[in-house]
Amino acid sequence: MNWHKVGTETKLLLIGIPVFLWTMLPIYHIFLFSISSKEEAFAGKIWPDNPTLRNFEVVFSQQHYFLNHFWQQLWNSLWIAMAVGAITLLVATTAAFAISRIKARGGRLVMNFALLTYFIPAAFLAVPMYKAMSTYGLLNNQWSLVLAMVTIASPYAIWVLKQASDKLPYELDEAARIDGASPVQLFRLVYLPLMLPSIVAVGTYALLLAWNEYLYAFLLLSNEKDVPLSVALGHFLSADDSPWELLMTTGLIYALPPAAIYYAFKRYMVSGLTAGAVKS
Amino acid sequence: MATIALPRIDPASPVGPDKKALSPWLVWGILFMVPYVLVFVVFVVYPVLYGLWLARDPQSYVKLFEDPVFFRSMLNTALFLMIAVNLKFVLAMVVSGLLVQPRWWIKILAVLFILPWAVPSIPTILSFRFMFNPEWGIVNTLIFKLTGADGPNWLNNHYIALGGSMLVHIWKSLPFWTLILIAGRLAIPAEQYEAASVDGASSWHKFKFVTWPSMQTLYVTSTLLSMIFTLGDFNSVYLLTGGGPADLTHVMATLGIRYLRLDQVDMAMATIVCAMPIVLPLVYFMMKRLSK
Repeated sequence: MNWHKVGTETKLLLIGIPVFLWTMLPIYHIFLFSISSKEEAFAGKIWPDNPTLRNFEVVFSQQHYFLNHFWQQLWNSLWIAMAVGAITLLVATTAAFAISRIKARGGRLVMNFALLTYFIPAAFLAVPMYKAMSTYGLLNNQWSLVLAMVTIASPYAIWVLKQASDKLPYELDEAARIDGASPVQLFRLVYLPLMLPSIVAVGTYALLLAWNEYLYAFLLLSNEKDVPLSVALGHFLSADDSPWELLMTTGLIYALPPAAIYYAFKRYMVSGLTAGAVKS
Repeated sequence: MATIALPRIDPASPVGPDKKALSPWLVWGILFMVPYVLVFVVFVVYPVLYGLWLARDPQSYVKLFEDPVFFRSMLNTALFLMIAVNLKFVLAMVVSGLLVQPRWWIKILAVLFILPWAVPSIPTILSFRFMFNPEWGIVNTLIFKLTGADGPNWLNNHYIALGGSMLVHIWKSLPFWTLILIAGRLAIPAEQYEAASVDGASSWHKFKFVTWPSMQTLYVTSTLLSMIFTLGDFNSVYLLTGGGPADLTHVMATLGIRYLRLDQVDMAMATIVCAMPIVLPLVYFMMKRLSK
């Protein structure tokens, strides 16, 4: 028996097991509550004596005061996230194309503006953004949230796309130009297809950012029927005797789509999004 | 100026240099940037200028400095940046070292480890919050089962509440930075480790003389970037403690929003202006790093 090897494996396990417990505990806690009755959830059991799907039934049939608009709010989260993803892609691919491929005049300046925005902490921008939205008459309009999230998502999107775009061989553009391609044709027929992996990564990034957003949603929207699910979850905290088992069940339902999307696009997400950060 | 004798010659038809300046590439280059520039002007430039104008009255700053919550928030923010960010990066360094090891169980662990980053923060922060619940939370239930004594009301103690916020913050953002450091570790050529092994280097020496020198720049850049993100972390504090007990756990990010909710926009903007001495040097440094 190789004692040195056993020592190494033990050391790895000694780090690995706490890492596993640390990562999974809050998530397991949510799952546990979602399948427990209120009494069992509050009794501090590791596994309920009588696992139940009753909580899901209550949530789906909107049978609780906090959940009166569950389906509407789920839909709000969904369409807002998709709109943010689509608009961010439109804004960011065109900007990255102009900066990186056309080398447009002022492109460097625009890139710096974008980076500057990326580095303003979102919670700080929220205050002036709220006031501006109020001037624009957009408060309590869901488009204010969409546009605010596009503002926050597009700088990083542009930067990631520009990094990826700079790597495409410039001969491609020259060949296309010699063949008489217009800028729009170059964008549509050469640039977009080649950039597809990064575009998927960036679109997913913007979609998830919007789906997960809490602060801007709760500042800009107040009508129960307008808010996304994230804000509805926060509302549970307003009562002292919150139905935590229902809160956790709704939270689990709310957390599943982004987790699924993340794992489905993991290949693109990790390489596409971390490549930029590592390059320094 | 020969044309002086021929006034009123039609200048409408475009001449040489103009034609060149208006080449389709130039025009489209600008047109393609218009959507983003619009977003930037309407939702960043105007709001920021308007916000600064709202905070123009020096009286707002006097009021802000007289508010004890403001100094507490500055202190908490500083603690957050110094303790939470650095602890997170030490942990990210350790965990990235674990996750690059080739073992079947580590592959599974690596997949699960990303979960905190992949799921939205609201449900998980609220999950933490309930764990600390004095009567029903799992923490005090365990304490009761093990010792028979009632555990404390955790979040009622502002040191523990702030520490809890840091814990939640680290839980959420550790996976992302670990991924970054894993990418950094994988970029180190394996030969360097092999050569070190041949020379009989211990694991500590390998870290000190091979890993650390190659990752130093990445580590420092990431730490600074993480500090900027941490300054804007509203959720970890607000959803766990709500700034309480007695407004003792606010950070700059939640304080600005607190004033906004109290309809004191000038104070909210003044808070943000006061955070600029921390933000701007970090931003300047990052811009220099990234805009090359």
